[in-house]
Amino acid sequence: MTEMTYRDALRQALRDAMTEDDRVFVMGEEVGRYGGAYGVTKGLYEEFGADRLLDTPISEPAIVGAAVGAAMAGLIPVAELMYVDFIGMTMDQLGNQAAKIRYMFGGQIGVPMVLRTQGGTGRSAGAQHSQSLEAYVMHTPGLRLAMPATVADAYHLLRGALRQPDPVVFIEHKALYTLKEEVDLSAPVPDWGKAAIRRQGDDLVIVTYSRQLHHVMKAAEELSREGFEVTVIDLRTLNPLDFDTIRTEVERVGKAMVVSEGVMTAGVAAELAARISEECFDYLREPVIRVAGEDIPISVSVELETNSVPTPAFVREIAERVMA
Amino acid sequence: MTRHATDAAVAEPPRSNSDLFGLYRDMRRVRTFEERVGELFVRGQSAGSMLHLSIGEESAAVGLGSLMRKGDTFTTHHRGHGIFLARGADPNRMMAEIAGKETGYCSGKGGSMHIADMGLGHLGANAIVGGGIPAVVGAGLASKRAGEGDVSIAFFGDGAMQQGILYESMNMAALWDLPVLFVCINNQYGMGTRIEQATKGRALHLRAQALGLNGETVDGLDVRDVRATAQALLDDARLGHPGFLAVECYRFFGHARMDKSPYRAEQDETEGRAKDPVRFARDALIGDGTAPEDTLDSLDKEIEAEMDGAIDFAIAAKQPPLSSMFRDVYAVGEAEPEPVRTRIDRILAKD
Ligand SMILES: Cc1ncc(C[n+]2csc(CCOP(=O)(O)OP(=O)(O)O)c2C)c(N)n1
Ligand SMILES: [Mg+2]
Repeated sequence: MTEMTYRDALRQALRDAMTEDDRVFVMGEEVGRYGGAYGVTKGLYEEFGADRLLDTPISEPAIVGAAVGAAMAGLIPVAELMYVDFIGMTMDQLGNQAAKIRYMFGGQIGVPMVLRTQGGTGRSAGAQHSQSLEAYVMHTPGLRLAMPATVADAYHLLRGALRQPDPVVFIEHKALYTLKEEVDLSAPVPDWGKAAIRRQGDDLVIVTYSRQLHHVMKAAEELSREGFEVTVIDLRTLNPLDFDTIRTEVERVGKAMVVSEGVMTAGVAAELAARISEECFDYLREPVIRVAGEDIPISVSVELETNSVPTPAFVREIAERVMA
Repeated sequence: MTRHATDAAVAEPPRSNSDLFGLYRDMRRVRTFEERVGELFVRGQSAGSMLHLSIGEESAAVGLGSLMRKGDTFTTHHRGHGIFLARGADPNRMMAEIAGKETGYCSGKGGSMHIADMGLGHLGANAIVGGGIPAVVGAGLASKRAGEGDVSIAFFGDGAMQQGILYESMNMAALWDLPVLFVCINNQYGMGTRIEQATKGRALHLRAQALGLNGETVDGLDVRDVRATAQALLDDARLGHPGFLAVECYRFFGHARMDKSPYRAEQDETEGRAKDPVRFARDALIGDGTAPEDTLDSLDKEIEAEMDGAIDFAIAAKQPPLSSMFRDVYAVGEAEPEPVRTRIDRILAKD
């Protein structure tokens, strides 16, 4: 067991992947000499050199588009978008090119690239640097989507992403980079595409991912002291979506709640709640409740920012009411 | 123009390129304001650490700011405090916004990177590199239609020179003969990337010329040069000949508050900071006998007091109320988005 941070684990995953396969390279703004805006690639430039860590100009559409071409030409690019908030600028390259090439071209070729980025609230970074835009990705057929919540998953999901035959958008959470956990990276982990049951109980199933896992776990611990036992499912990847795990737990327990930092309307939580409601209808004793981000932009004010997304206290209160 | 009421020395904008005293005063106000923003952060009173100081770039802010007039509009990048202040912003409300407070220009919702004021024609600062550029094309269309001779100015950094949207915007401005000016504040760095590491074509103004705009590069050391070059471009822009101006300067400090610029050599910083437009103007004023040193000292002191007052104002101000959270997503009078809690309450009440 070693103690490491989420950031360290991501770096280790990149290092191991680059060491094993020299087709893997990283490109993005400030990824090389600077070591990444959030320090993820620190030291890799010195280790692997400028050919493997390409510092790019501030040209997001071309960064993503170049990654598409590199992947088609046989390399394995890890392109980086400094903030997921910039994904809109690249949406043509991502949604019209990367996502559709295999299909449009009749299966001749795939686009095995990874787009690493980070999102979420927590730094008073304001309306254009704090969003949770995973729904844009999940809404686009052809793209895979991974969102690690733990240190071990930061490592394993990134390694997994780099083994995929299709484009993967890999969204980290800015509030998790300093998360420190004891990990054994050689220990078995759920496969790519499998959700993890982080806690099991009979009173309520909470489905979540990314940073909200930690809010949910905190709420679940507190609820446990009051005699409520909650199952917590961490999705790990949103595409592929491991609905089997969700179904099994929801059918067993009969009550479900979904927690997501993204905005509520037409968001990931909406998709999950709809699917649970449809597929587990006969087993549900309560409506599936969505606890999600408010349908508003994120303010720079700390107070407003904090309350724009689910807090542990809010998750706990709603869970308790659902179980009551 | 909202200026600090008690400070007579800062009441009038500079009237000409030869009004170096006025230009110095405005640059000093920008410098001191930015230093106080740094202090606000150190005191733990700012909303976050993503504060981008324009120290070293004062001649661009003041050279252009002193030429803008009522009816003109502009957008800025994320390093736009100085431009807005030079255009006449109230430092108190600016500082309050940077602290994320209710009395800030944007009610604490926007912060340093999203400050705006329609009263002064500030169509908004932007946290997306290049994000504010195309708006001046639209604003220029509106100015052209109004026919009052107003211009719209986009301010951005050298980093934005590599964003495609700049070229789309310049091309449209030229194609449609719009009263628009594109101003690149070339402080040599985009985060840790020096301009040489971002592009091979460093004669930035040639890119504009290639699209049919007027294009100039000016050294930002002497604010009078910046102002004179900008004046010529603006005069032409007001007549429907859009322009581009690159102001050469140096980013004195880190990219944002957490960045200590480990990627820059000491010599790079020493040389860069030697190009100090504020000190240059001060030396010039003393050198040619326009203003004795003690006059400048007392002016500086007055400005310090003014900006200390801005910090006090920001710290004393209140956080925006939680109830304001759902306001301004849509227009006044439209239904506000329904809070998640309200929705859940309704569902759970059905039991
Ligand atoms: C579209 C976009 N890409 C990247 C960033 C991250 N970022 C913020 S400022 C910056 C550097 C900008 O450099 P420049 O345009 O020269 O402005 P300066 O900071 O030097 O004033 C970068 C890469 C961003 N905010 N928006
Ligand atoms: Mg710059």
